[in-house]
Amino acid sequence: MFRIGENIRLLIDRPDGTYCFRLHNDRVYYMSERILKLATNISRDKLVSVGTCFGKFTKTQKFRLHITALDFLAPYAKFKVWVKPGSEQSFLYGNHIMKSGLGRITENTAQYQGVVVYSMADVPLGFGVAAKTTQECRKVDPMSIVVFHQADIGEYIRSEDTLT
Amino acid sequence: MGRKLDPTVKVKRGPGRKARKQKGAETELSKFLLLPIERAARKQKKQTSKKPGSDDDEDEDEEEEDDDDEEDEKDDLKEDEEEEEDTVQANFDETETFKLPAAADRAKEGLLQMDLQTIHQRIRDNVDVLSHFSEKREEGKERSEYLSLLRSDLCTYYSYNEFLISKLMDIFPVSELIDFLEANEIQRPVTIRTNTLKTRRRDLAQALINRGVNLDPLGKWSKVGLVIYDSSVPIGATPEYLSGQYMLQGASSFLPVMALSPQEGESVLDMSAAPGGKTTYMAQLMRNTGMIVANDANADRLKSVVGNIHRLGVTNAVICNYDGRQFPKVMGGFDRVLLDAPCSGTGVISKDPGVKTGKDEADVLRSAHLQKELILSAIDSVNADSPTGGYLVYCTCSIMVEENEWVVDYALKKRNVKLVPTGLDFGKEGFIRFKERRFHPSLKLSRRFYPHSQNMDGFFVAKLKKLSNTIPTQQKPASTPEKSNMGKKQKLKPEKSETPIITKKAGVKSENKKSDGPKKAKIAKLDGETSKKSAKPNKKQKVKELNGDSTKEVVIEKKKGSQFEKNNKTKNKNLLKKNKNRMGKNKFKKLKNMVGQ
Repeated sequence: MFRIGENIRLLIDRPDGTYCFRLHNDRVYYMSERILKLATNISRDKLVSVGTCFGKFTKTQKFRLHITALDFLAPYAKFKVWVKPGSEQSFLYGNHIMKSGLGRITENTAQYQGVVVYSMADVPLGFGVAAKTTQECRKVDPMSIVVFHQADIGEYIRSEDTLT
Repeated sequence: MGRKLDPTVKVKRGPGRKARKQKGAETELSKFLLLPIERAARKQKKQTSKKPGSDDDEDEDEEEEDDDDEEDEKDDLKEDEEEEEDTVQANFDETETFKLPAAADRAKEGLLQMDLQTIHQRIRDNVDVLSHFSEKREEGKERSEYLSLLRSDLCTYYSYNEFLISKLMDIFPVSELIDFLEANEIQRPVTIRTNTLKTRRRDLAQALINRGVNLDPLGKWSKVGLVIYDSSVPIGATPEYLSGQYMLQGASSFLPVMALSPQEGESVLDMSAAPGGKTTYMAQLMRNTGMIVANDANADRLKSVVGNIHRLGVTNAVICNYDGRQFPKVMGGFDRVLLDAPCSGTGVISKDPGVKTGKDEADVLRSAHLQKELILSAIDSVNADSPTGGYLVYCTCSIMVEENEWVVDYALKKRNVKLVPTGLDFGKEGFIRFKERRFHPSLKLSRRFYPHSQNMDGFFVAKLKKLSNTIPTQQKPASTPEKSNMGKKQKLKPEKSETPIITKKAGVKSENKKSDGPKKAKIAKLDGETSKKSAKPNKKQKVKELNGDSTKEVVIEKKKGSQFEKNNKTKNKNLLKKNKNRMGKNKFKKLKNMVGQ
């Protein structure tokens, strides 16, 4: 899921101060250093969240990116997929995107490349993985899956509990 | 309709059918609304005009509360039975006076199922009488009798418990009370707040209209609010909602944040943050700068805070799970604090009808106690010397005086704070006096909101400014406030920490300079405080006298004044006693430096 690559530096050195990542209770949080300092006053077991949670480490130490990181990663995404209005809701319910719902896709998307899914109004909807390369997408039939669903903003309602 | 048993008895009949029809449907129906008991009572009254002897006495005896004369009861019952047999139609004339049913009749009503329509009619009549009491009252009937009848009728009709209805009758005049109760039966309109971090109200409104939502801007007083009339899609599940462009929030919840108006770059504490609507509003006003600490004592509800914060794209928030009362210990020195205290919820009955029957005296007092503790902790967490802030907003979604004005008044007495205008130009002013209690006159600056007048949930907002970081000692020993101030000094950023101990009053400062040695400085400072305190009751006296209030209140104020004087004496005593104990080296040095300045 190396989807922003070198752009990570852009997340660390921002014009309004340095930001940093911190690990707390198996979750990775992204915050400015100012907040970090002030948050040290709060004891570990009482601290619920700082700044934005980007994702968590699972029991087997794999990193799972959360939907909450969407706002930060979306501007730096190299590969984007646009969804037609009709299939928007379907994606928000957690389904994969089919060729019939595909609006646009960035050129030269490799297979199994991490992508950010947008609506036609350029509103970021979530993360996905390209199931086919851009070339293949043109050839394949309308019922086949082109983007695997990974995370979408519908999760704010569906799985509120797992956000913390 | 029955046969006339005695054709010689001339029955007076009211206006005929045609005449009644012309008057209107109400008069037609009122014929059926009267219970036979009430008809009989009316008839009896007519008869008493002919027989001014024993019947009159019987009538008056019946109306006396609780002391049931068995004989009278029996007589009354007999007469009623006879009259019911007569089956005479007494036509209800609207201009006729509203009669209180006899105590015996009311006892019977408990067994009879009175239909709601009758009760409603009776309530309306009762209110009418109470509003024009001198003209419409019955002879010999006290106001309290009408009120007690109204109370029990309201309890049955609107399904409240006695306690709550009595409280509401104290707060509202009777006609407003009916409006309030009616307003609690229907829902307030759904309102949303635009998240200006992600979109503008105009664009959001356009997008929602395209989805099929019928909406309007909330009002002149808000630039981010929208009210939803109806919608073909669920408002809580649109892609705009999910991408965090707006938040479902009650209109009254906008108000405390507008009153607090946090500025960019400030540090703000939200002591009871769940579910996060106010926290996120503050973050958007601050444009994600500064820092917000969102705290809530309930870990489950905190999850919704986390969710909302992430969804709306708030990046400057720290969320923690403390009991609000621990606050200045955990972290202090905030520029602004918002305390939306847990309360009995009497303002949001339309959302939660369980409050109607579930709350009683103990609940309200328990809430009030907790709120008092919380407001003191909140005040202690504010940094009075903050260059941009030093404000605290206290708000509740309750209309009870015990939870609102009383708590703020308590805070005014216990800490160096004062009330300032909230900046909300609509809404009712807070109470200055209520039943036997008198509050500080500045409570006029707080605001009350009601469902029936502002069409939003019942709310109370008060904005306080902290004047100094010292805690006025009354029975506390002198060293503890100093300790807490020392702690604050360490936590404060270096630019901000002036000497928190020396008050801002110039007079006191000069006193400090004159005195030699830190101990005397302490006494001088506290004297300065006490002189400030004793000035307060005098001011109160003057204000009261200017208002031309009754002498009673002046007496009360004088008593308060003397109370303060008493406390001053005890303060000095405690100080002298305390000074016998030695001070630590570091404190001594610090004080010395301060006095040296």
